[in-house]
Amino acid sequence: MQAKSEAKQQRSAAGDSQPKATSERAGARVVWEVLCEEAVDVIFGYPGGAIMPTYDALPEYPIHHVLVRHEQSAAHMADGYARATGKVGVVLATSGPGATNLVTGITNAMLDSVGIVCITGQVASNLLGSDAFQETDLSGVTLPVTKYNFLATRAEEVAPMLRKAFQLARSGRRGPVLVEITKDAQMGITDYAAPDMSPVVDTQLPPPPSAEATDAILEMLEEAERPLILAGHGIIAAEASVSLREFVDKTGVPVASTLLGLGGLPASHPRALGMLGMHGEAWTNQAVQHADLILAFGMRFDDRVTGKLSTFARRARKVHVDIDAAELNKNVKVELPLQADIGVALEQLNARIAASKGRFTPWRLNAWHEEIEANRRAAQDHSTASEPTDGQLRARDVLRALWEVTAGDATLVTDVGQHQMWAAQCYRLEQPRKLITSGGLGTMGFGLPAGIGARMGRPKGEVWIVAGDGGFQMTAPEMTTAVQEGLDINIAVINNGYLGMVRQWQEMFFEKRYISTPISAPDFVLLAQAHGLKAFRVTSRDEIKPAMEAARAEPGPTLVEFRVEQEDAVYPMVPPGKSIEEMIRRPKDAEGGDDSERSSQNRGER
Amino acid sequence: MTQQTARIEFNGAGEAAETRHRTFVATLEDSPGVLNRVSSLVRRRKFNIVSLSVGRTHIHGESRMTLVVDCDADTARQLEAHLRKLICVLDVQDISHEPCLLRDLALVRLRVGARERMEVFQLLEVFQARVIDVQPTSMIIEVTGDPTRIEGLAEVLRPYGIEEMVQCGAVAITTGTSGAAATPIR
Repeated sequence: MQAKSEAKQQRSAAGDSQPKATSERAGARVVWEVLCEEAVDVIFGYPGGAIMPTYDALPEYPIHHVLVRHEQSAAHMADGYARATGKVGVVLATSGPGATNLVTGITNAMLDSVGIVCITGQVASNLLGSDAFQETDLSGVTLPVTKYNFLATRAEEVAPMLRKAFQLARSGRRGPVLVEITKDAQMGITDYAAPDMSPVVDTQLPPPPSAEATDAILEMLEEAERPLILAGHGIIAAEASVSLREFVDKTGVPVASTLLGLGGLPASHPRALGMLGMHGEAWTNQAVQHADLILAFGMRFDDRVTGKLSTFARRARKVHVDIDAAELNKNVKVELPLQADIGVALEQLNARIAASKGRFTPWRLNAWHEEIEANRRAAQDHSTASEPTDGQLRARDVLRALWEVTAGDATLVTDVGQHQMWAAQCYRLEQPRKLITSGGLGTMGFGLPAGIGARMGRPKGEVWIVAGDGGFQMTAPEMTTAVQEGLDINIAVINNGYLGMVRQWQEMFFEKRYISTPISAPDFVLLAQAHGLKAFRVTSRDEIKPAMEAARAEPGPTLVEFRVEQEDAVYPMVPPGKSIEEMIRRPKDAEGGDDSERSSQNRGER
Repeated sequence: MTQQTARIEFNGAGEAAETRHRTFVATLEDSPGVLNRVSSLVRRRKFNIVSLSVGRTHIHGESRMTLVVDCDADTARQLEAHLRKLICVLDVQDISHEPCLLRDLALVRLRVGARERMEVFQLLEVFQARVIDVQPTSMIIEVTGDPTRIEGLAEVLRPYGIEEMVQCGAVAITTGTSGAAATPIR
């Protein structure tokens, strides 16, 4: 630690007084110099042969290294860190298996447009292409799953490539960038000069929308009687939630969110309709289908959002604003496509509205609001009426309780599956960057490492990781990482003894043939204790909140296992490929005897 | 000759085919792996390549690609946007509806003996093709021009017996004074 703080002092002393003299350094040290230029203070990694020269230089620099237990987790941690902070997450790994282990994590960041930089070692440049020990053509492997990638084979290439990597990762539509550095490039000596400190610029920012474009949107809005905003991850990525709220307050347009857009408008806002799509609320999908104008802001019409494309929002004129031109007219054909940063676009729209003197008023849409409200009440009545009364502990109870216990203020990191959808439905988010979840790729095992990354980036406040028993087992060894780092995180394992979402599909679309979905698990409490966590088990409803409170009171990492009803299903559900009004609601009658039979059978296996 | 008319003749299938062939010209970074990135994109998004040719230009560090793809207008817009996203692509233009010149080069090894040689020479004259090698039982023909012309020549030579044929892929340049300057889509 001492060495680190000294290095920090030296750096700040040398920082502004001296001219930018060049000095000679090994490529390995240039790696760290560039990370310092980028104000990186934490990275996630795992050492190995081809990256050892770089690791060897680490103690000279004020950067904290989190040692992971599997490289996939390093990429997820950097991803979680980036989502929690808006900064670029950084990964360090070796060549070959270290690098290929990153691929799932990199792909996850690609699909959800998260800016991370992955630095990997590579065999010496004279061995490239020779199938040397731990050689993999990672640039080739990651070509379709990175925003860009680089291979540095000489020390003098390290700084420009790394700087470009950071610039790309945080510019335009964000994404993962990979930099491979050969061992000789790390060991070679090169001139290094710190750049003049320039403000961090987004080099891929589209120009602000023209007045014609914003006016055209507002004209369409003025003509609409049932307008609806679909708010996506772009709202969060562009830090546009304040602007979105202003737009909504001024115009009264209701907002349906994608999974990654949740938190873009506070859930308590009267115009917030929650999530749309496959597991969206009934009234939300009804609003989409009945809207006469869709304003799609920073989202990409994923098939989990649209359902059957030909029937999606078929009554609506459509406006699509996205930072990526390649998303416009890709899945849904729209009347007005606009490539723009959604934050900039909303500011301009708000300015035009303010200048328009009463052309737009929230109460203009009263009839539309009432229609949605009536649908909401009907759906909630159905939901209450169909709520099982068997007293069983259900995952929804856990997530509702978590929302209450944490006052909706925790950073909620989820894994992938049923619990993720229940979290999206029940944990009503008031702020952006508080829900961290794997959307596009749906990567099981994402939760725990992403939660660790989020915690590293956000030391204050509560972090809760919610995972199913299946996904949690994929990256469970990272519990040790959390202990080693002394992190205050709480893990809720929703254990139903099944790969629940797949089981639900088997139930609904494969005639209940539960093939390879019953899954056994270790004793999660013992497992957590063996890793050094405080652990609790909950088997009934009345134990939920006391266990959560006990976990919250612990300063270190904790795990709470919730043994929930095994054959619960997420409702509503739009069957894949169906129109989003064809949703399946929870049946009003309790599940039949056939199911309970299976339940007890599987409970025995566990 | 504009590209539109060229395409009608090239396909020989009338109007339906006219909308299909799209020509893009792109300026690329001249560095290793760039062609791989472009072709990977085309493969991943399932665009069907008619021809692709890349070569250096007069500007150091830049190369120029001509890509002819079989697709409709919507797909063409998508492809252009995707190409533009690639970091190594400095500029892209869909010149399908621009006045432009499209040139391809083909080498054809034709099985032809002394008896038919004069007849073939006459045909070649019509297509402005030339003979660059003659053997007792074969000759090699070089033809440069619009893809239509090459297709046409291949048709008339086919009855004689084409032993081998190579084409380098179309290259395109817009006509007029300004060239294929970047006009990014917004």
